[in-house]
Amino acid sequence: MPVKLLMGNEAIGLGAIHAGVNFVSGYPGTPSTEVLETIAKNNDGSIHVEWSTNEKAALEAAAGAAYAGARALVTMKQVGLNVASDPLMTLSYIGVEGGLVIVVADDPGPISSQTEQDTRNFAQFAKVPILDPASPGEAYGMVQDAFELSEKHQTPVIVRPTTRVSHACGTIKTRGGFADCGADFKNAELDDDDASWPKHVPSGFVKDTQRWVVFPRTSFLNHGKVERRAADIAAEYSHGYRPNRIEISGLNHREGMQAFTEHAQDRFPLGIACGGVSYHYVMEALDILGLHVPVLKIGMTYPFPAQLADTFLDAVDTALCVEELDPCIERELILRCGTRATHRFIRGKLDGTFAFAGEQSVEAICAALSELAEGAIDVAGAEANGKRSSASVSHPAPELPPRPPVLCAGCPHRASFYAVKRAVGKQRAVFCGDIGCYTLGNAAPLDMVDTCLCMGADITVAQGIKAVEPDTLAFSFIGDSTFFASGITGVINAVYNKHDIIVCILDNSTTAMTGHQPHPGTGHTMMGIDGAAMSIPRILDAIGVDYVTVNPLDLHAAQTAVREAIAKTGVRAIIFKSPCIYVEPPKHLPANFDIDSCIDCRACIKQIGCPALIVEDKHVAVDASLCYGCELCCQICPTDALTRGGAR
Amino acid sequence: MSKSLNCIICGVGGQGNVLASRLIAQVLLSRNEHVKTAETIGMAQRGGSVASHVRGGRPQSPLVPKGHADTLIAFEPGEAVRCIDYLAPGGTIIVNTQASQPPTAALHDIEYDGSEALNYLRKLPDANVIEVDGSRICEEAGSAKALNIVLLAAAVKNEALGISREELEEAIRERVKPAYHEMNLRAVELVFSEDV
Repeated sequence: MPVKLLMGNEAIGLGAIHAGVNFVSGYPGTPSTEVLETIAKNNDGSIHVEWSTNEKAALEAAAGAAYAGARALVTMKQVGLNVASDPLMTLSYIGVEGGLVIVVADDPGPISSQTEQDTRNFAQFAKVPILDPASPGEAYGMVQDAFELSEKHQTPVIVRPTTRVSHACGTIKTRGGFADCGADFKNAELDDDDASWPKHVPSGFVKDTQRWVVFPRTSFLNHGKVERRAADIAAEYSHGYRPNRIEISGLNHREGMQAFTEHAQDRFPLGIACGGVSYHYVMEALDILGLHVPVLKIGMTYPFPAQLADTFLDAVDTALCVEELDPCIERELILRCGTRATHRFIRGKLDGTFAFAGEQSVEAICAALSELAEGAIDVAGAEANGKRSSASVSHPAPELPPRPPVLCAGCPHRASFYAVKRAVGKQRAVFCGDIGCYTLGNAAPLDMVDTCLCMGADITVAQGIKAVEPDTLAFSFIGDSTFFASGITGVINAVYNKHDIIVCILDNSTTAMTGHQPHPGTGHTMMGIDGAAMSIPRILDAIGVDYVTVNPLDLHAAQTAVREAIAKTGVRAIIFKSPCIYVEPPKHLPANFDIDSCIDCRACIKQIGCPALIVEDKHVAVDASLCYGCELCCQICPTDALTRGGAR
Repeated sequence: MSKSLNCIICGVGGQGNVLASRLIAQVLLSRNEHVKTAETIGMAQRGGSVASHVRGGRPQSPLVPKGHADTLIAFEPGEAVRCIDYLAPGGTIIVNTQASQPPTAALHDIEYDGSEALNYLRKLPDANVIEVDGSRICEEAGSAKALNIVLLAAAVKNEALGISREELEEAIRERVKPAYHEMNLRAVELVFSEDV
């Protein structure tokens, strides 16, 4: 089939395969996760694919593979790059032999992240080239371009999709060029369905201490090299690299170039500079408004294609910069104006035309253009088309019910939080949470997450709070995948420095939040070769932590375990072990409800907030389509109106 | 050049609206036409709001701009209202009349039956509102999971998507697991044989 509907992350994964990638590592994180999963799914066995314990491990392993001449790909979300920043900063100086491409997915909004950090800044900080795809189709080509760039200039290269690229789907031709973006496609003879693709053969690791061993003296020399490398790449990619280009909206490439050249002398009143998915928002807004405007599309933000930008700036009076997250392109244009003493107006986020936070949109661009248009550009015929919203109806919309994310019916985390809450009672306590489904434990009625900072910080933040407030019981909550990713060092710190905390490990045997990836505690690997599951108890034993393992769905046992832990001091742990409801099929039938025994105290609803407990005809009821049969509510009901459904 | 299509399918997580968007995309793909899709999903587990955008023709953005959706397929009345700003003047709304309770309804004593939302939709001056008793048709088809197909079929029947019944059925055979073909095709048949 010539055309496929691919999600951006699938396109990136297939692009890497078609580039002959040999080694793939990463750590799950929305919106990046499907890249590595796509490669694992399409692996013919010749590619090493792994979920590493965290992003730092992933990047370092991939660096090793690239030292040995392999083509290596690393995947993570934007905050994952913070974890991998230590190897990245130095790897930029050291360089690579085989191509090393780091896919870092940014999350404007943010939709499912802690920050709206912009990886384009990180690339500039680390002096590593970054490609910024505008669509799934362009991402497919860019990941292949990135390998070539990486090998040619012996540098790691970042490819930075955003949520609307990673998780959007588009029709993509993977044979004979692109359907939707027109970037050059290197392996034009290939089809996705074709199981064979040109394999890259690693050259092997060649010992060279001058090259591979970092020392202050070599770093001084490398710093100069890295800056020259950036200048070379900027010049090389300013012209002839299609993702970096000038076009005119509404005109095809040739017409656009002709019109641009003809009018450049007189200058256009307005031009737009943009990158990433904002490029498509811009083109749609200009289409809606019927405007023909020069558009500078930036596909590589670092090193910045300055010569191309200069050509654009020379031809416009005002440049409106449209991008998400930080005003990276905007700052570069301002820099060009200063460097060349060019008198131009640069509009965007810095002057308040666009908001700093949140996603960019066609609507916001239309609004900005309409405002700028007063005098500057002609918006004849634009008005009707630009404001088609039928929201301006005469009657107000009714209030809608909020639909907040909640822990699933039957989620063992609910039971773990509830057991701790009951056992603590009125004692003074702080509950330090972490990243994962269990962050949702903060919602009513559990209200069991007081802090959440970053991966692994539950354990360490608890230590600091307890040291300052000795009369507070300090609990930390961490999932099994997060424990392996970055929890263990925190536990070692606690034991070494004699802190006094209770570590609650919520072991649901998977990485649930990102879609159930395996981790060291499961023993499953992405190569299909399973080994022994790594034991959290044995790790705690080795560190010297006093621990107990309990099934959180046995409320009495779980509460007893917490009470016993409270009675002790030092670093002690409770492993709440019960699988995620998506990992194991339900063992029990839905809970039974007997209306005659119910005294309508609503303790079940008010205390655990399970979505399967509903109110029907003004009394409690069990939604059997949602109930997993965890039987937590049956252990709370004071009159046995809720009883166990029994084995399936 | 292929005709443009701008459709939003909205509902709550777990109702199968992403599959519905994939089926429309599959039809366009079979015709060798361009299509872009995207979902707006929060940090949602089951029960959160989900809106799928499907665009045909030569779309730029993967998301339909506000005021540009020709068709809004809503799996429940409140979610139709939540997405109403996307509807173009004269656009069509296919709405399932049964409300979905928010997961926190019992906890926060939220009384919601969707009737206010339906009344609001009915009074929209510039929209073609088609109400579908999805639960009843699903019951006849033999599974609550057929809701996405029931609503898609209703949209097809009312010529809101520019695709034919045969194309929808073909897409079901192409994209849905074989074990569910019969039930889903029965749902299509029920929609077409009834006064929907």
